[in-house]
Amino acid sequence: MKLATAFFLFLACAMALLSLACGGSSAHTNAMTISTSGSNVQPISVNSGANGDYANGAFTSVSVCAPGSTSCQTIDNVLVDTGSSGLRILSSALTVSLAQQTSIDGNSVAECLPFVSGFTWGPVQTADVQISGEKAPSLPLQVIGSSAFAIPAACSDQGAPMDSLAALGANGILGIGVFAQDCGGACATTGASNPGLYYECPASGCTVISEALSQQVQNPVILFAQDNNGVIIELPAVTTPQVSVTGSLVFGIGTQSNNVLASATIYDVDGFGNFITTYKSVAYNQSFIDSGSNGLFVLTSSLTGMPTCPDADFFYCPTSTQNFSATTEGATNGSSGTINFSVANADNLFNNNPSAFVFPTLAGPNSLSGFDWGLPFFFGRNVFTAVEGMQTSGGSGPYWAY
Amino acid sequence: MSVHRCFQRHESALRLAIGTGILVLTLTTLPAFAGLGEDVSSVQSDRAHMQGALRITQAQAYAVHEIQSPNGTVVREYVSASGKVFAVAWQGSWLPDMRQILAGYFESYQRAAQAQQTMRLGRRPLMIQQPGLVVQSGGHMRSFVGRAYVPDMLPQGVDVEKIQ
Repeated sequence: MKLATAFFLFLACAMALLSLACGGSSAHTNAMTISTSGSNVQPISVNSGANGDYANGAFTSVSVCAPGSTSCQTIDNVLVDTGSSGLRILSSALTVSLAQQTSIDGNSVAECLPFVSGFTWGPVQTADVQISGEKAPSLPLQVIGSSAFAIPAACSDQGAPMDSLAALGANGILGIGVFAQDCGGACATTGASNPGLYYECPASGCTVISEALSQQVQNPVILFAQDNNGVIIELPAVTTPQVSVTGSLVFGIGTQSNNVLASATIYDVDGFGNFITTYKSVAYNQSFIDSGSNGLFVLTSSLTGMPTCPDADFFYCPTSTQNFSATTEGATNGSSGTINFSVANADNLFNNNPSAFVFPTLAGPNSLSGFDWGLPFFFGRNVFTAVEGMQTSGGSGPYWAY
Repeated sequence: MSVHRCFQRHESALRLAIGTGILVLTLTTLPAFAGLGEDVSSVQSDRAHMQGALRITQAQAYAVHEIQSPNGTVVREYVSASGKVFAVAWQGSWLPDMRQILAGYFESYQRAAQAQQTMRLGRRPLMIQQPGLVVQSGGHMRSFVGRAYVPDMLPQGVDVEKIQ
């Protein structure tokens, strides 16, 4: 197996050498186009974000309306996140009144959603949501940072709240990942197997409930009338720090002339939303692609030989830019492809480019889960994300393709 | 069931297992559970949502108490020969109760996590590297994995990369 992997790497490097330098910054051989028109195309921008200091955040705007009404609002600076599912909006950014979801008992429903860096807490409300020409009617979403309901202890026991513009750096999170709902079947069960994300909140306080799939905060894409099986994120190649770059979020896979898979390789994803990345013959099977991660978070200092930054343990600060090569592999379907990437000194990136917010070589350690292919992975590479259970021209989701 | 007695049963079983190498013990009752830095014999009261199967394996310098929660999340506590929990690790679709498993270190964890949110905006793995506490937490929605340990409490010769 090790031999086979080494041989493959050798072959891949040899092939890459024929066209470009092996081990350079991510070279992409497929011709890449960025769609700019179509009812399924939403512009996105990588820039400093709503708080003016976000590195490697892709943002877009969404329109939300009270269900069935013309009472609408466009919310900008919403983070485009393929690492989660569901739309979350800061209450401070929301000016229209949406419809509060109620439980079977008639109580308001709220949610506590854990992210790695903190949790979001707040009421589940429904809105008619529009992104580009696509509409998700009566979409359950989460309003975060609302003071309507006190944070239950079981929620705050998970870490730190992400309930403000300062903590989130965005007016909301547009989760368009591989999962159809944020929780899924587990939250629809009762008893100890329910992870306790959904609550009902009578005056006496919030308590955990089971929440049907259709009521859960969910990927807006699956509620579209068409182009509802996944998305493509299209961003240009970036080789040096930039103030901003623009690209497109395209809805649907193989449903329009502008979202065909063409020669993209399909990498299937396991039940946890992970695939495999192999580095130096070691397979990391909890690896994933996530536009909402703001760098390439890979391996550890001891494995890469790069120190973390003196002022930030979460970024690498090598003395000079380092080049790496790893192989991404489907969780079970056997497909594989080489990814070359470079890691620069994060402190130098920030200090030498004070007006830049787009950093293709920003990276940090990732300890146990192997490879978190964040936003820099998307630069110069159209990345398809197919939603679980949805049929596409390339088979059923969940998968990534590029 | 007394938590203390529960541990004693494990301990005697552990002694039995030393000769045979590895011990696997499965209980269907409430597991004894101690958080980071705690003494394993003075565990806090069990929490209903953490009930599940407890499995203990013995390594050279420590024992690993592994709890599989009914929601699928696995928590492993690393207990030194002197009976102290010097590290915890977790893995699963859902985060464990961090306050419970980090115990006296939870407030430090929460403060550091909060501080990092605004240090350099952006979402990423959580890396807390303090003299008295190391936390490395990664993953994404429906897949969380991490470890926490107290550097001063690590038994000699323990490879922190093995804590997982």
